[in-house]
Amino acid sequence: MEYILIIISAVFINNVVLAQFLGICPFLGVSNKVNTALGMAGAVTFVIVLATMVTYLIQIYILNKLGIAFMQTITFILVIAALVQMVEIILKKISQPLYQALGIFLPLITTNCAVLGVAILVIKKDYNLLEGVVYGASTAIGFGLALVILAGIREQMELVDVPKGMKGVPISLVIAGILALAFMGFTGIVK
Amino acid sequence: MNQLQNFTKGFFKENPILVLVLGTCPTLATTTSTLNGMGMGIATTFVLIGSNVVISLLSGIIPDKVRIPAFVVIIASFVTIVDLLMQAYTSSLYQALGIFIPLIVVNCIVLGRAEAFASKNTVLSSFIDGVGMGLGFTMALGILGAFREIVGSGTIFGYKFIRGDGILVFILAPGAFWALGYLIALVNRIRRT
Repeated sequence: MEYILIIISAVFINNVVLAQFLGICPFLGVSNKVNTALGMAGAVTFVIVLATMVTYLIQIYILNKLGIAFMQTITFILVIAALVQMVEIILKKISQPLYQALGIFLPLITTNCAVLGVAILVIKKDYNLLEGVVYGASTAIGFGLALVILAGIREQMELVDVPKGMKGVPISLVIAGILALAFMGFTGIVK
Repeated sequence: MNQLQNFTKGFFKENPILVLVLGTCPTLATTTSTLNGMGMGIATTFVLIGSNVVISLLSGIIPDKVRIPAFVVIIASFVTIVDLLMQAYTSSLYQALGIFIPLIVVNCIVLGRAEAFASKNTVLSSFIDGVGMGLGFTMALGILGAFREIVGSGTIFGYKFIRGDGILVFILAPGAFWALGYLIALVNRIRRT
């Protein structure tokens, strides 16, 4: 039950993009086509789950043990950067089709604040390892959901006559605002 | 480019938020009031100046292949300094900004200036670039924060000037997206003419 609450809350109520404002750059950057959005969502899910697990273990068994919790930011960003690089190399060796699909997004993920954000939030919320992983995965699904919905709408927007100054980023932000309004309807489902 | 242009380019011509559209996450999240927005801007400015100066000092020493991880470590060190300082001296602001202080480390502006400017220029011009870009960022956050605070809760710097409530949606998430969207559209319009 507890896990279902975490999932519903992370995907819908506190959606990572539309309510917590994490990962806005890729949200605006790769939401032109549904296919690229799906690829990005897959890569982010993969990295967030892995990164949450590794950073959690590092926090508990190294940083807390040594009493150097203030090194959190530096350690986490380095771990995430190394992890992304490693995933890229392994994917290239093991699965060429998967690498083709996710590869180009991987370098972008290091600077995706959703990854570091989730890693820090898991520690802040005092989750245990399993809860942390469930939270990370559902946050990533929420990210993917928002990204794919926006991409779907933006594909249709190609056909619309948008005023010149509003083209590109501004109109996407306005659409995102309306999406956020829609997602606010989920508030209160989970007490 | 003379130093004055170098300083002023961050305000309008290359404003990180309004023109380059970098660092949107803290922009949307922390501009619920003028003070929060400007606090975030000043914290980022400090990191930007520090990392710009150190990176331009070390630009000859850092090998080209590992420059990005090296830049990230330098930036993360300054972020940790800001984090600890704000925790100690500006406790309420620290609570309000929350997770977005450690997240300065993944703010595209900071790494972007390190890579595009500080690693190729002298210490003095990197310093000026950091100040200009940081203040441009702070200015944009301040404008957005002031707009959302005035419309959303009818206050400015915490001083209430209307009776009753404001339009609550501008304090909440949707208003953040709309306010930034229309502000960028406005800047696009002005730049074209």
